[in-house]
Amino acid sequence: MTTVIDRTSGGGPPSEDIHPLYQKRKAIYPKLAHGRFRNLKWGLMILLLGLYYGLPWLRWPRPAGAPDQAVMIDFAHGRFYFFMFDLWPDEVYYFTGLLIVAALGLFLTTAWLGRLWCGYACPQTVWTDLFLYVERLFEGDRTQRMRAATQPMTAQKAVRKVGKHAVWLLIAAATGGAWIFYFNDAPTLWAQAVAGEASVAAYLFFAVLTFTTYMLAGTMREQVCTYMCPWPRFQGAMIDRHSLQVTYRYDRGEPRGAHRKGDPWTGRGDCIDCKQCVVVCPMGIDIRQGAQLECINCALCIDACDEIMTKVDRPTGLIGYDSDEAVATRAKGETPRYRVIRPRTIFYSVALAVVGAVMILGFQLRTPYQLHVARDRNPLFVRLSDGSIRNSYTVKLVNRLYVDKTFKVRVGGLPGLRLQSPGLKPVADTVLATVAPGASRDVRLLVTLPQTSLSDAMQPLVIEAAVDGQVLQARSVFISEGAKP
Amino acid sequence: MADRERDAHSGVETTGHEWDGIKELDNPLPRWWLFLFYICIAVAAVYWILMPAWPTLNGYTHGILNQSDRVNLARDMKDLAAQRGREGAILEKASLEQIEQDPNLQAYAMAAGQAVFGDNCAPCHGAGGGGGKGYANLRDDVWLWGGSLADIQRTITYGVRSGDPDARMSMMPSFGRDALLKPQEVDDLTEYVVALSHRQANPASVARAAPVFAAQCAACHGPDGKGQQLVGAPNLTDADWLYGGDRRSIHDQIWFGRGGVMPAWRNRLSAAQIKAVTVYVHVNSGGSGLPAATSAGAAAAADNTLASDAAK
Repeated sequence: MTTVIDRTSGGGPPSEDIHPLYQKRKAIYPKLAHGRFRNLKWGLMILLLGLYYGLPWLRWPRPAGAPDQAVMIDFAHGRFYFFMFDLWPDEVYYFTGLLIVAALGLFLTTAWLGRLWCGYACPQTVWTDLFLYVERLFEGDRTQRMRAATQPMTAQKAVRKVGKHAVWLLIAAATGGAWIFYFNDAPTLWAQAVAGEASVAAYLFFAVLTFTTYMLAGTMREQVCTYMCPWPRFQGAMIDRHSLQVTYRYDRGEPRGAHRKGDPWTGRGDCIDCKQCVVVCPMGIDIRQGAQLECINCALCIDACDEIMTKVDRPTGLIGYDSDEAVATRAKGETPRYRVIRPRTIFYSVALAVVGAVMILGFQLRTPYQLHVARDRNPLFVRLSDGSIRNSYTVKLVNRLYVDKTFKVRVGGLPGLRLQSPGLKPVADTVLATVAPGASRDVRLLVTLPQTSLSDAMQPLVIEAAVDGQVLQARSVFISEGAKP
Repeated sequence: MADRERDAHSGVETTGHEWDGIKELDNPLPRWWLFLFYICIAVAAVYWILMPAWPTLNGYTHGILNQSDRVNLARDMKDLAAQRGREGAILEKASLEQIEQDPNLQAYAMAAGQAVFGDNCAPCHGAGGGGGKGYANLRDDVWLWGGSLADIQRTITYGVRSGDPDARMSMMPSFGRDALLKPQEVDDLTEYVVALSHRQANPASVARAAPVFAAQCAACHGPDGKGQQLVGAPNLTDADWLYGGDRRSIHDQIWFGRGGVMPAWRNRLSAAQIKAVTVYVHVNSGGSGLPAATSAGAAAAADNTLASDAAK
């Protein structure tokens, strides 16, 4: 009952499904699959959605002045809280590192196992799966939905459609709602949002995320992966003939053909052309045509095929995770070799290990204190009344802890210097600066050298800040060029 | 359409564009994409109605929302003034010493003071406050009219020779131009001032000038030439010179008796702004009498007081 459009003939009027201005979406009615991959995906869906919806409500005790939400991005105060860590805006490079690690991890798994991310973990896949579940709940499985699509609108059909869209909107609203809780204290915002007192930004993001979830998972579905997502376009660069992908083993399946019970299996392939792999496919493609741009490697066709193979008493795994190279080798009658260790997997692993090690090391060496020195450049130096030369520095002291910390600031490297700091009391050769919890403080340092100590136009000096037994150091210079008469 | 080329493999028409033998297929757009295009057109039409959009012969269409960046700016500036008023009130209440010692108040005063300084003071005193010939350096330890917080605040509030009744006031006579002294006496005085600042000078001239200095200059600059902040008379014995320390500059100063003018800022800046810029100047320079930390320790404070007393 399939109309074959011969696209190679050329000329003639355009065929019916190609409109000169746009291409109509071909409706897809994926059938529910049963099996181990379907079960794995249900489990992953519950885990991932549970994480997304639940994380903002997880509490984590912190000292006074900080929110007790385990995961929170606090834009107003410039903090990112993640369980026992809190990051300041100047530590944003840890995010950069995390993104690089994520990208390399994606490259590695893709080179090894194909589009693992697309098939199991991508939000588009997970939410589409959930929306399809709701669709089946209201409108039944593939055959019922296809039948309904051809029938005129009835009251019952209308009720089902309205119910489906209502639940979709509810899920979308919950999704948009969960998003804003990551940026505010969740219980407070919940109370505000319900009372209509939350900020415009909160409602706006709630509305935008609700709309995009509803559109992308409800109506756009596979078109997001095919047309919008850039990842399928360049994931081919990570995949080679040895990557394990969801593959139709044509060496075993061909030649395909209908099979009646009792017929012999000799001289033919195991594929009985039942098209179960096609009807369960959420992308609406035929896996038997090989690796395709549209295929998200969701592995549901494996479940569908295994079910049929069990029924016709043939071994399962006609469709399975396999490499193009292995299938081709078996087709030639030889024993395939699987190569997980290849130049590209080695490269991605090493890169991942290096970036990961740098990240972990950087995080281990992170101190709660910072010292930055900015030397005054205008004027470069000042001559005082007794002929001595003064340079000024602005020292920024950062205290990331939740208690007051006193820094002992001194300047070393120059004999005979005099250190002054307006607003701070000197103690011996240091000045003491107390920095409030989770704050930074600018301290002015005026350093004066007598004429007799000027040995060079530019003399190096070290500014030290001692706190809690740690000594932070910053290098700078003392400039007196042309100042000597 | 009929004579457009079709790609043999896909059966899709080509656009007719070709690069190195590669032809571009004219695949149709997805329908949702086309809808987005139509939505954009609709949004544009709505935008024309809501927002300023079309030029007319003597103006433009305002749109029913009456959106205007000029009006928005005026409103934002008003909000900003109100906000500054609130924070300024804190500065007005606190004493200058409190502002300087409290980390938060100091940080706020430094930020506000920098803006005030940049807008009002920098044209003469320089962006960094380093001054120039005839304009006082606000970064060193020399203060003609005093370097304490209160002194600086007073100078800024009423100005110097500004015409304000409470202004800092003094006038050095033009000894040469007004023929109060003979040219030879001015030359001798120049040598005398050079000698005061511990440099080699002609002993004969210095000896001749000593009685002239005592009669004409000591009233303001003091018998030993160390100056007097009360009348803004500079210390002539140190290394700092407002109009230059070479013989020619010193001679010119005695001849013309130049004195700068600084406006009174009390009618132009708010009390809070004056306080902020006072703290800004004091913190940047250390003012006078600021204790120091040295490796010698305790001796430093006394030493520093000595240096600041030597203001000219």
